[in-house]
Amino acid sequence: MNLPALLRRRPRLHPVQRVRQLTSRLLRWYGAHPLHLLAMACCFALAGYAAVELLTGRTLAVALWFIGAALLHDLVLLPVYAGADLGAQALLSEQGGRTRTVPVINHLRVPTALSGLLLLVWFPLILNLSKPYTGDTTLNEHPYLGRWLLITAALYAASLVLLALRLLRHRRRSRPAGPRVPGSAGRTRT
Amino acid sequence: MATGDHDGATPRPPGPFRAGFWRSPIRGPWLTAVFGLVLLVGITVLFVTGLLSYAAYNPRLGAVNDQTPGKGWLGFYLFTWPTHPSWLYRLNQGVHVTLGVVLVPVLLAKLWSAIPKLFEWPPTRSPAHAVERLSLLLLVGGAGFEFATGILNIQLHYVFPGSFYTLHFYGAWVFIAAFAVHVGLRIGRLRRALRSRRPESVLRTDTARTRPEPADPDGLVAASPAAPTMSRRGALALTGAGSLVLLAVTAGQSIGGPWRRTALLAPHDRDPGTGPNGFQVNKSAAAVGITAADIGPAWRLTLHGPAEVSTFTREQLAAMPQHAAALPIACVEGWSTDDQHWSGLRLADLAALAGAPDAGSVLVESVERGGPFGTVLLAGNQIRDPRSLLALHVNGADLSPDHGYPARIIVPANPGVNNTKWVARLTFRT
Repeated sequence: MNLPALLRRRPRLHPVQRVRQLTSRLLRWYGAHPLHLLAMACCFALAGYAAVELLTGRTLAVALWFIGAALLHDLVLLPVYAGADLGAQALLSEQGGRTRTVPVINHLRVPTALSGLLLLVWFPLILNLSKPYTGDTTLNEHPYLGRWLLITAALYAASLVLLALRLLRHRRRSRPAGPRVPGSAGRTRT
Repeated sequence: MATGDHDGATPRPPGPFRAGFWRSPIRGPWLTAVFGLVLLVGITVLFVTGLLSYAAYNPRLGAVNDQTPGKGWLGFYLFTWPTHPSWLYRLNQGVHVTLGVVLVPVLLAKLWSAIPKLFEWPPTRSPAHAVERLSLLLLVGGAGFEFATGILNIQLHYVFPGSFYTLHFYGAWVFIAAFAVHVGLRIGRLRRALRSRRPESVLRTDTARTRPEPADPDGLVAASPAAPTMSRRGALALTGAGSLVLLAVTAGQSIGGPWRRTALLAPHDRDPGTGPNGFQVNKSAAAVGITAADIGPAWRLTLHGPAEVSTFTREQLAAMPQHAAALPIACVEGWSTDDQHWSGLRLADLAALAGAPDAGSVLVESVERGGPFGTVLLAGNQIRDPRSLLALHVNGADLSPDHGYPARIIVPANPGVNNTKWVARLTFRT
């Protein structure tokens, strides 16, 4: 189909209308407002401009780091922590099934999450992986693993004390209701 | 939106692509918008402080100051870095690094809240949807890349593929391109989502009374939600607690004083020694290969400029009029020291001695061999500031080898690595 033939077939269409028609056809194909297309063009132009310098000389390694960074949480961290969480929930409900009155799971989740977060951010120091650290800074102790373990212990201990207090309060409150509640509350503590 | 397992021609793959797979009853536009809002503010501050940090190196002065010579238009905003207030770089870098660390849990929470979007089906609905998802790869990859390179660099764990400056600078521009577009496309949705529920009612709702948000077109809200085990306020509190714990074990290395001891997991949590030279060291003399002979009695300072070349022993320098200044050392890695009491020769006096009283720049060369910061250019305003010194003493004692004996540069608001240690030659240029 050639252009002159197309133009001859619709002689009365105003040029503005024709542009509009073409635009709307393009947009139907594209699937979003023209501003979206413009924004995306801006984004990729600027990102491309910086990426040329970012990738020069070590394209594969940087690309792998970039894509790895995009997937680290979604395909590595999340399956690990969500899997551990589901496992812990299953274990707790088997152990006592009393998670509805006192949410035991959160007393495990919170210290685990906080301790894990500290490890995620500071693992090179905690695991003493940074080779130049001592020589560069002249700080020659390695206190970080011990400190992280102590912080972790403190977080679990605080969570445990809080849980014990909550269970105690719950037991006191529900004592008139029947003797079975304190018994099962005791079971969840293990 | 689509709850069936068949959309159009292609059946959904099993697992996370299925509508019923993601079951958290608190996932939804409101929670995503709250995390998004915190990141919008936080990342904007990170980007601005990052740009300022780059400007602080005065890369326009010359190639020796520029870690990213290929920057082109990305250096459009550069300006001559001021010397007032003297804690400017200290504050900027402390905020940049500490905020970056503190935002990690918010970033993770945001990614958690939007996880169903990664497994959308069909993967692309239209060309617009396809390019937008590609921009999300730049967004999420860029965020991860920037946080990872920054966090590894402050711990001197140089496992990333190349120079930190290059990776973190260009990576930031790739990221911010995608970030700006993402904000532009989502800001309306963010505002609507935030208005959909009142913060007070969220804060009053416990786990038992927590209900899923109404189904949303993005498919964040679970199609078959599990019974709640954590309220929305609980999820926000957990994320906030994560930020607070990280703040508590980090910020002290930038605040200094008695607070340094509180930075339990940060790299500069304690002083390496006691006495006048006991404060933080970035790179020791041994680490950069400075030998006793380099800084022994044979050491000389050579002064170049329009006047004749002159050479000084340390004794000669110490016999000249001395000036004092109380200035901090602040590192790109975010840690800093309190003001130290330096004394030595004013750079302005040395410029006059070299025959360039109105010097536009000075090339400072260390006895350090190789390495990216053995040579640096300082700007005219830095030379003219009366607190800018070629220091011989600190806190009333001779400099220690690790702090740059026989002589080092100290300039207010200057990035630590530009305060050159073990100075051997100064070349003043008009």
